[in-house]
Amino acid sequence: MISTLGTVTLTTALVIAIYAAVASVLGARTGRPALVASAENGVLTVFGLVALAVALMEWALVGGDYSIAFVANNSSRATPLIYKITGLWGALEGSILLWLFVLGLFAVGVVLTYRRDPRPTMRALLPYATAVLMAVVSFFLLVTVVPANPFAPFPGGVVPPDGRGLNPLLQNPGMAGHPPMLYLGFTGFTVPFAFAMAALVTGRLDRDWIVATRKWTVAAWWCLTAGILLGGWWAYHVLGWGGIWAWDPVENASFLPWLTGTAFLHSVMIQERRGMLKVWNIVLIILTFALTLFGTFLTRSGILASVHAFTTSDIGYYFLAAVAVTLVGALWLVAARGDRLRSEATLDSMVSRESVFLMNNVFLVGSCFSVFLGTVFPLIAEALRGVKISVGAPFFNSVNVPIAVGLVVLMGIGPLIAWRRASLAQLRRHFLWPAVAGVATAAVLFALGVRGGWALAAFASSVFVAVVVGAEFVRVARARAVSTGEPFVKALAEIARRNRRRYGGLVVHLGIVFIVIGITASFGFQRSREVALARGEAVEFEGYRIEYTGLVHEQEPHRLVIGARLDVSRDGRSLGTYVPAKNFYEGRQEPTTTVAVRERPSHDLYLILGDVAPDGSHVTIRMLLNPLVMWIWIGGVVLTLGTVLAVFPDRKPAHAVAPAALGQLGAVARGRPE
Amino acid sequence: MSALAFRRLRWLIPLSALPVIALLAYGFRVNPRDIPSPLIDRPAPGFTLPRLDTGEPLSLADLEGRVVVVNFWASWCYPACYEEAPVLEAGWRRWRERGVTFVGINMQDTDERAREFVQRFSFTFPNLADRDGRTVIDYGVYGVPETFFIDREGRVARKIVGAVNAEALEETLRALTRS
Repeated sequence: MISTLGTVTLTTALVIAIYAAVASVLGARTGRPALVASAENGVLTVFGLVALAVALMEWALVGGDYSIAFVANNSSRATPLIYKITGLWGALEGSILLWLFVLGLFAVGVVLTYRRDPRPTMRALLPYATAVLMAVVSFFLLVTVVPANPFAPFPGGVVPPDGRGLNPLLQNPGMAGHPPMLYLGFTGFTVPFAFAMAALVTGRLDRDWIVATRKWTVAAWWCLTAGILLGGWWAYHVLGWGGIWAWDPVENASFLPWLTGTAFLHSVMIQERRGMLKVWNIVLIILTFALTLFGTFLTRSGILASVHAFTTSDIGYYFLAAVAVTLVGALWLVAARGDRLRSEATLDSMVSRESVFLMNNVFLVGSCFSVFLGTVFPLIAEALRGVKISVGAPFFNSVNVPIAVGLVVLMGIGPLIAWRRASLAQLRRHFLWPAVAGVATAAVLFALGVRGGWALAAFASSVFVAVVVGAEFVRVARARAVSTGEPFVKALAEIARRNRRRYGGLVVHLGIVFIVIGITASFGFQRSREVALARGEAVEFEGYRIEYTGLVHEQEPHRLVIGARLDVSRDGRSLGTYVPAKNFYEGRQEPTTTVAVRERPSHDLYLILGDVAPDGSHVTIRMLLNPLVMWIWIGGVVLTLGTVLAVFPDRKPAHAVAPAALGQLGAVARGRPE
Repeated sequence: MSALAFRRLRWLIPLSALPVIALLAYGFRVNPRDIPSPLIDRPAPGFTLPRLDTGEPLSLADLEGRVVVVNFWASWCYPACYEEAPVLEAGWRRWRERGVTFVGINMQDTDERAREFVQRFSFTFPNLADRDGRTVIDYGVYGVPETFFIDREGRVARKIVGAVNAEALEETLRALTRS
């Protein structure tokens, strides 16, 4: 019943989506507004139908309609309600449905935002942007209707009495949030892509499409960033190997569009301001969008071995075709419009914000290329030489660590260096003391016994950026406080409020710095040890005393939990009992791990349960000390705040600052800095 | 580059995407999990396991002189095990009179669910339960389904990871029963 209803809903949505895509283009070409308006209504209808399909699937998941194969495989009677709901993105078919829902949401957002927009450019762009969005929606609907129908009945027409339940690894808050955030990020980049294509088709290639999509891009970027961070959080807290990133093909698949998306986010500012890099920006957004499709292709086609045990299916062919159509079609448009993509200006000086942005782009795209190459290299090796190889973390680290350090330095310089040409005096004023602080940090850390050139460079450059950003806030707020007589804190808030985009961006940079510090420390300075403990025995580890006091058995409805009670103390002071555990789910192959983590700003104590003697007399425990990991999550929160600040509408443009204050505002006064 | 040259050559821009797409398409032809098993051409590890239906033990040693197809499966392995199950049953019916025995080994599962699976696909070849996972480890199985082909001399001749299709089954058994 639900099965049929769901399939019919999706098929209907597919027909309407195709209609909307075609009608939108026809309406714009032949100048028939009624046709365009019907396409816009089509967008709303398609979203309504997709939302209905999602609701039907949730109904089936929560109600336990195991006649649907997807429900039988991803839900069970004993699955807790929250994970019945998140079962929607527990496997391929439902994930595509969620993807469609999010994409539909974005399409509706675009239509509702711009359909009453009086600007002629927007009126020209919107029908084509709508058409591209609906073409992408049609593709995903086709995938749900043909090769990956979430409503497909259980094979053989049998109705199993109970489902298998959601994959236990996914029964975790991080996994509940990670996929939707990634999809929001992936699909969010469809909006700037759609407008870029509209700009190419209509030939309106000046800054309008970029201005229109700026906030969509920032929002998409934030979602993707948050999705990746949540994935790391999940890996750290659930997979139980003590790290957050392993350069697995599937992880790389989410990182690739992040790199090009981040490059795009920055390079469009040059076009917005100086009318340069038009072709480059278009190519970047094409790559970003193609890479989001490539990510799904990689995850689901099974062409590369990955620790992520996703089921593979025929949809690999569909996604490869989509990548091919996107790249060839979009680049063909670029070629056709090549003559209109001339730069309006040239680079004035190598010491300018433009050139810092250019370097940022070179680094990001270089990193993207290296990650892409490393990811597909096993394929290249097999195609050319017939050998099986795998590319591991050493390759990715050795290429990307230096690039990351370079990017961090640029993150400090970019927002403060002048457009066009920076003078030596300006450079000294902005960067001398932060640079000194960075070098001093490295020296102090070295004196304290911290070794490792790249780690020291990462810490030094992070401190450099933090000081630059901090000093900038203090400088402009003090200038305002002096000129307006406001208290410092109020002046700071006013400054941030009056140029949200700039100061939001700076806060995001600060968040990234925290993340870089956390990653550097936890990757480079992790300590670990594995011990076997008898009941009542204790071990000393990095100043902690850890005593094994016995096993805990707990039979929960959907799993059996076996944990080791560990009393942790430090300097004779008890810090409580920690219980790392293994969870056995019925009908599942491997037990999953629940790690016990004591999280503090300075370091995490990370305890993993290894082998357990059946009578509980002995256990093996793996103990890790991970320095500064918490700063990765704090960085995520900080960059979220920065993004929120940046995407909120500016109530007044920045140049409304009182003229008297301008002279003292330094960099801020030079036009409207980013 | 002059404007004219650009105009003539710009159609090459979209073509630049083709090598990457060709490489990815090539990916469909190879199986990254098709890692050569160290067991190939070595004597197959022996096993004695209880049958799912009767509980009576069956040994690999009892099947000496026959070609043996050992298939590791689990009832929760959807869709691959569900796809290959009819292929295996049909293969068994075609080849049983020609010196080939099929043996299913159910792993990481409960007897109840395993029997349900056997009934659903009306398996008539022997299916065994490996509850302590010893045989699974001996064969180096790291996912279901995996299928091993053992020749008349008791050596592992081929291993297939993932669902077995009818062509691969026919081809392998033809080669092993020749001579």
